[in-house]
Amino acid sequence: MSDNELIWRVAGGSGDGIDSTSQNFAKALMRSGLDVFTHRHYPSRIRGGHTYVEIRAAPEEVQSRGDGYNFLLALGDSFARNADEAAVYGNEEIKPLSENLDELREGGVIVYDSGFVDEEDVAELNLEERAEENGWHVYPVDLRGLAKEHGREVMRNTAGVGVTASLLGMELDHIEELMEDAMPEKILEPNIEILHDAYELVSEEFEFDHELRVPEGDHDEEQALLSGSNAIAYGAIDAGCRFIAGYPMTPWTDVFTILSQNMSDIGGIAEQVEDEIAAAALALGASHAGAKAMSGSSGGGFALMSEPLGLAEMTETPIVLIEAMRAGPSTGLPTKPEQGDLEFVLYTSQGDSSRVVFAPGDIEEAYEQTRLAFHIAYEYQIPTIIVYDQKLGGENKNVPVSFFDREPDPSLGSTLTEAELEEAAHDASGKFHRFQHDPDNDAGVSPRSLPGQKGGRFLATGNEHSPGGHIEEDPTNRVIQMERRMEKLEHIREALDEDHPSNQTYYGDETADYGIITWGSSHGAVAEAVERLNEGGHSVKGVTVSDMMPFPETEMTEFLESVDEAMVVEMNASAQFRGLIQKELGRFGEKLTSLLKYNGNPFEPAEIVEGYELHLDGGDAEPTAQVRIEPAAGD
Amino acid sequence: MSAFNAIGESREIDRDEFTPGLEPQPTWCPGCGDFSVLKALKQALPEVGKSPDEVLTVTGIGCSGKLNSYLETYGFHTIHGRSLPVARAAKLANPGLEVIAAGGDGDGYGIGGNHFIHTARENHDMTYIVFNNEVFGLTKGQTSPTSPKGHKSKTQPTGSAKSPLRPLSLALTSGASYIARTAAVNPNQAKEIIKEAIEHDGFAHVDFLTQCPTWNKDARQYVPYVDIQESDDYEFDRTDRQEAAEMMYETESALYEGTVLTGRYYVDDRPTYAEEKIATGEMTDTPIVEQYFDDDREWERSYDLLDRHK
Ligand SMILES: Cc1ncc(C[n+]2csc(CCOP(=O)(O)OP(=O)(O)O)c2C)c(N)n1
Ligand code: SF4
Ligand SMILES: [Mg+2]
Repeated sequence: MSDNELIWRVAGGSGDGIDSTSQNFAKALMRSGLDVFTHRHYPSRIRGGHTYVEIRAAPEEVQSRGDGYNFLLALGDSFARNADEAAVYGNEEIKPLSENLDELREGGVIVYDSGFVDEEDVAELNLEERAEENGWHVYPVDLRGLAKEHGREVMRNTAGVGVTASLLGMELDHIEELMEDAMPEKILEPNIEILHDAYELVSEEFEFDHELRVPEGDHDEEQALLSGSNAIAYGAIDAGCRFIAGYPMTPWTDVFTILSQNMSDIGGIAEQVEDEIAAAALALGASHAGAKAMSGSSGGGFALMSEPLGLAEMTETPIVLIEAMRAGPSTGLPTKPEQGDLEFVLYTSQGDSSRVVFAPGDIEEAYEQTRLAFHIAYEYQIPTIIVYDQKLGGENKNVPVSFFDREPDPSLGSTLTEAELEEAAHDASGKFHRFQHDPDNDAGVSPRSLPGQKGGRFLATGNEHSPGGHIEEDPTNRVIQMERRMEKLEHIREALDEDHPSNQTYYGDETADYGIITWGSSHGAVAEAVERLNEGGHSVKGVTVSDMMPFPETEMTEFLESVDEAMVVEMNASAQFRGLIQKELGRFGEKLTSLLKYNGNPFEPAEIVEGYELHLDGGDAEPTAQVRIEPAAGD
Repeated sequence: MSAFNAIGESREIDRDEFTPGLEPQPTWCPGCGDFSVLKALKQALPEVGKSPDEVLTVTGIGCSGKLNSYLETYGFHTIHGRSLPVARAAKLANPGLEVIAAGGDGDGYGIGGNHFIHTARENHDMTYIVFNNEVFGLTKGQTSPTSPKGHKSKTQPTGSAKSPLRPLSLALTSGASYIARTAAVNPNQAKEIIKEAIEHDGFAHVDFLTQCPTWNKDARQYVPYVDIQESDDYEFDRTDRQEAAEMMYETESALYEGTVLTGRYYVDDRPTYAEEKIATGEMTDTPIVEQYFDDDREWERSYDLLDRHK
């Protein structure tokens, strides 16, 4: 836990504008030269409910939300209920303050809106006593009053930001610039007044007795603050994706929205359709016609895509599908992350699955692997899935702008032109041999034609078929076609091993004989825990795996042979990734202990450190956090 | 220059070009109404100047879904009920294609019913032929959404308690802009209606009565039939939604009383979905598929979208 960091939590009701306030504050911190990381927590409700956003800012790279936090801005819930509702739901106004105290670090700072909450309610919280115990510094400020004085009550967020800046010794210039960019003239002026008033008021009214100040940092180059969902969308755009079809479902909706908002400007098509079966089928139809196309959804919606997904496998239609996991089963916890859909995306749809699945671990990987997904889908004519979750989709991080300065890749992969079709094999009635086993093609791919091309006619069918696409049940043809489709995965694995930097991320002490393994969005917390363990005198190495299918057999065998024991960290209850390792490698079961979390919140680094310690201890001690240690089961 | 030169090519097109060499003879049962749809298409396509390489036939699953195995065009034999979403996306991506979707009554009015409603609503410029044999053919004769009330099958042993769905009326309320019914026993009308449907700009729905002698025990042959345009008994204006609706209702009811009414029921020249999308600025008029073959195209990059994140 670094001392030189700020973790600012702004809490209020959903609908209180916390997202935009925190986004601007995070940008201001980024512009001041700090690295930032945001984490958003919200209930599945439009109005009210306990919501917060955390911004972690430090001079060096931050890759997780960290443990706990050290500055609370409790805005009060403006959608607090009327007397009837309060009788059932309790007093919501106080919740931004009361619900957030448990995770506040020692010595932390609390600002709450004394113009909003009742002092009596505050007294009931024993705030004074708890502050004393924990060394907290409490600043009650009438944010609502400040806002009303110059403008409207909703502007109390701005007052809160002014107070924050003042208490942290932070200049207002970046905040002001950002407000100027974001706000229309009419509301800009009162907001600026509120910002300054709040800033000055606290420094006049209070004697600052806290130590926390905004850290100082410096960037070598210009940065952009963006989310995992942005990164996926931008990866798709740069891969030449110009067709997206979807149906809203949290948390997939973010990617769908970003792409829908951009598609018409870049010559593409976005379609919101009647259901997810249609969405996936549209993506298939567009790809079949020759567009780079995608669709996606979250758990339940993705379940509806099962059959079109199988059709893509059978017809070898390139397609990229995005699956944004949220806690299941069924509607589950709609706005909370979980890594429970791994087995689902690997195997859903009938028959042997032949698909590629990547699980990016952070925002840069989300971009890279989405691009790679399109490349592989179109080169190998195979559905490729990006599986991520609410955590990665919703969190924001700064990335150097230069990261995105690269060539787009609009290639259609293994697709023939009309000139090439003239040379290709056809059958007696002029059908192009679209599904021909070609011993000369090293990748096992038979190039495709597109409807409307001269001389490329073929039938795509979900039934087993002959080279020209004709429905065919002959056993020999069946075996040839099955093997041709399945072999592509081996070729993709070879290409991933040879042509690309590994999609797996390694960290920690290379010589360690204890390994921590994770996948996807748990990466940040695990990497931080490994760093902390090594700093604390332990010797641990870590790996975050992104290639779910085809599985990185060589890399994982090497890693597991190099350690005596390993802990697999993942957000689900049935140790799905551990199961995948055992299935794919057929051994190492006795080395693999699991650390599992499925309470709806992502891992914090300290929970992983504790899990490691308890595992080494081997005693009966229970973890203090809501996690579960699942001992090694053997093979 | 286009990368899709089969599209709009002007040349003499022979009917035989639409007969595949590999399986020229369909495996439908003797006397099956599906033959008539195939025949009507083989006649209609050359007459409207379409060649096999510029037509994409998208089918569902069922006996009817085999259509594109026996019709030599680009084909996509999809999954049960999903021909329409596949077909309409192909049309959006490459508007030059002549897109024809086809499937059974179970496929289109049952499992794919939601897509039928929405594709009609959006008025995609394509033709949709439903092989309506009032039964599930391929799965051996179960009751379908258009089976008459009381229809007995292995899965409805005491006779269906459900009233049949009204396909023409459903197409009308959903937004289809060309609606017709024809029958296998009326080849000339069938061909003409299919030609009109193909040439219509918008979603053209053809409910094609195709008898299934194998499973429909009553062995309906849809004779005698009446062409409502030719008969003096039926006067209505098919550009008038109200009158069309009444005529459809009467037609649908009459079928179950033994009178087979066929003909054109509705036509409307409202803009197609693509036209609407271009008008709102949601889509440009350059086909997206052509962009991938344009070596001079400057591809937009996310790098140019980053201002909002700085
Ligand atoms: C999802 C799914 N459910 C069920 C089936 C089995 N199935 C195949 S065709 C069919 C019904 C066919 O009836 P219809 O659509 O009217 O076509 P017909 O054979 O009469 O032309 C069914 C139920 C399937 N292939 N897929
Ligand atoms: S079962 Fe019926 S619909 Fe199917 S081919 Fe035979 S007659 Fe035609
Ligand atoms: Mg049928």
